[in-house]
Amino acid sequence: MPTLTIDGQQVTVSKGATIMQAAEALGIYIPRYCYHPGLRVAGSCRMCLVEIEKAPKLDIACYRQAAEGMVVHTTTEPVKLARQSILEFLLSNHPLDCPVCDQSGECDLQNFYMEFGLYQSRFLENKIKRRKAFPIGRHVMLDNERCILCSRCVRFCEEVSRSHELGIVNRGDRSEIALREGSQLDNEYSGNVIDICPVGALTEREFRFQCRVWYLNRAASVCPGCSRGCNIELHYNVNRPHQSGGKRVLRLKPRFNAEVNKWWMCDEGRYGFEFIDAPSRLQDFEIRTAQRTVVASREQAVQTLSDWIGDSIDRHGSQSLGIFLSPKLSNEDLYGIGKFARHVGIDCLDFRNPSERPGYQDDFLIQADKNPNTRGCLELGLYRRSEDSGGWMAGEIQRGKVRVLIVFLQDLALAPEFQQVLGRLERLVFVGSNRNGTAEIASLVVPSATYAEKDGSFTNFEGRAQRFERAVVPLGSAVAEADLVASVAVSFGMQREEFERERLLSDLRREYPFFDQEALNPPELEWVYQTPIGQERL
Amino acid sequence: MSRPKDAMNRLRDPEALSFWQRTYVPEILRGLKLTAAHFFRNLLIHIFHLAGLWKDRRGAETVQYPEEVRGYSPRLRSLHRLTKRDDGSPRCVACMMCETICPARCIYIVATEHPDPNIEKRPASFDIDLGKCVFCGFCVEVCPEDAIRMDTHILNFAAYSRQEMVWDINRLLSNEPQRVEGIGEIRKVK
Ligand code: SF4
Ligand code: SF4
Ligand code: SF4
Ligand code: SF4
Ligand code: FES
Repeated sequence: MPTLTIDGQQVTVSKGATIMQAAEALGIYIPRYCYHPGLRVAGSCRMCLVEIEKAPKLDIACYRQAAEGMVVHTTTEPVKLARQSILEFLLSNHPLDCPVCDQSGECDLQNFYMEFGLYQSRFLENKIKRRKAFPIGRHVMLDNERCILCSRCVRFCEEVSRSHELGIVNRGDRSEIALREGSQLDNEYSGNVIDICPVGALTEREFRFQCRVWYLNRAASVCPGCSRGCNIELHYNVNRPHQSGGKRVLRLKPRFNAEVNKWWMCDEGRYGFEFIDAPSRLQDFEIRTAQRTVVASREQAVQTLSDWIGDSIDRHGSQSLGIFLSPKLSNEDLYGIGKFARHVGIDCLDFRNPSERPGYQDDFLIQADKNPNTRGCLELGLYRRSEDSGGWMAGEIQRGKVRVLIVFLQDLALAPEFQQVLGRLERLVFVGSNRNGTAEIASLVVPSATYAEKDGSFTNFEGRAQRFERAVVPLGSAVAEADLVASVAVSFGMQREEFERERLLSDLRREYPFFDQEALNPPELEWVYQTPIGQERL
Repeated sequence: MSRPKDAMNRLRDPEALSFWQRTYVPEILRGLKLTAAHFFRNLLIHIFHLAGLWKDRRGAETVQYPEEVRGYSPRLRSLHRLTKRDDGSPRCVACMMCETICPARCIYIVATEHPDPNIEKRPASFDIDLGKCVFCGFCVEVCPEDAIRMDTHILNFAAYSRQEMVWDINRLLSNEPQRVEGIGEIRKVK
């Protein structure tokens, strides 16, 4: 356990820790390009040079191990001069495309240059020309001129995705990043190279020119793409809607969580946000009769729903009501719905869509269960334990027992069991964010808010409940599911306050000790990126 | 009576004024004399003008805008234009610097791909809402490509609706720079 001094502060680190890690522990930031905490040390960029007393020359902090009694300086003149020289060297062949470069605003070449740059160019030679702006995979664009050869992307493909697509070819100032002969960068995790590339050499094809990054705001969230629940940041543009054609959520970035996803996320999750601003979003309450569909106000819709529920209970008892939940609902929404169901005595509940098949799975992040909150549904017990799929509810409808069915998000019309019987229902209510086959035939359609539009939490497959926060306002008249239930529940003698977000969460934690978890405390935003991008400023 | 050099200081400090100055009467009369002299001079010159004489002498110093204009200074910030490459396409690369700096938030740019990867980016649309513009010229200063300038010397672009005050990329590209000549000279507009 060596103890060392960095910039006058003492710190004790575990044996084998580097100066970089020791500095990090003290909250001292040492500029770096090639070093990434999730990758092997390369020690190639020399940006992290620091002064160590009694050492003959400057040494790199990312590789040099901390030793007992070491005295390190990170802000002295020799260190600043070294940084300046490294930057001058990196810029000697750099195109300075900043006006057209998607990275500008979150580029470490820009950032460090602002701090340590030389500003007066001494370069008279011609810059080396290379291939610019060409796709190297489904999601990634490469610009060889902008690359500073830090090799982060190469190491990522070797160590994390283990797909070995990238390498550095040629020598000297002709070195450049290239794809392995005949391959494309299209592994399941390719998007991460965009995040770790410190400059604009690797940029995102989907995000390309959609918005300048300093207009983006961000919210801490959890990826709803599979039951891993990778921690993410939602980057959204509400400052300059014209730039991205009105689309609000523009990209997802992984958020560091040592226990869940570290620094990474998969491509399927990364690009799975399109539905938030898709044309298929439901924006109005719709009441459908055999003849026509009318757009209703929220009050009308809530009244209608309350009437149908009340009427069905009066005539056939609460057994005549069924609720088909979704493992894409948050814990709070599920709990709120469950609370109401218990209050009026509905016990015909399930969430397991019989038409759903397990998807692709690997041994890293991707889980076969493509729902973010299956575990939450299970822990809340919102299903019939004696059955192993939700198909039994089709039988109940068939037998005429269930007459009014409320479906959340799921497309039951896809499941053969349900296809036959949905027509037999007296009322079919669909609550969901996007239009699907079930919404088409429902007699009442309620637009609901997506995970980007409300606060909540998902429980991942390991049982870790994780909070996500609201980024944008619900589109059109969309409402969060628990809010809808709250409005209905008041007609059945419940208090609206019981359905407030924080109340739901605290009740949930009290009633189900399983949910009393650290991770449910409000998320602390610990940004993966050094550069804080514009918050509300512009 | 010669004008004292430090007249302003003296006015701020009444003690420094002489007795007659403190009564204001002589000063008011002096001002009236100046105005009246111009009045009668201009009246006389206008009468001669009517008679077709003394045409080379101005009746009054007032510039009769819009019949007359003065030659604008090259630094005048007038209606924007977008500069062009040799092939006539906009120089603008949609970097959004001007949109970002604009204090009136009146520039609206949508970026898109340029077919040439060495240029990479171009504006799909570029609108300036002149109804909001405060003519600060920041957009010109900030542009890294010299793609936007305010040297058209066009000042009369008033319109009948707010929508017409929004100039799109084609209108901005069609504006031409104005050659500067005779700064301050008064010219008749034909
Ligand atoms: S990589 Fe950074 S420095 Fe290079 S052009 Fe892009 S923003 Fe500018
Ligand atoms: S492409 Fe980016 S991450 Fe890869 S070596 Fe170049 S600068 Fe580093
Ligand atoms: S002159 Fe000023 S206010 Fe007008 S468009 Fe340019 S930056 Fe905006
Ligand atoms: S600053 Fe210049 S290049 Fe950039 S968007 Fe504005 S006009 Fe175009
Ligand atoms: S970060 Fe240490 S050498 Fe690159």
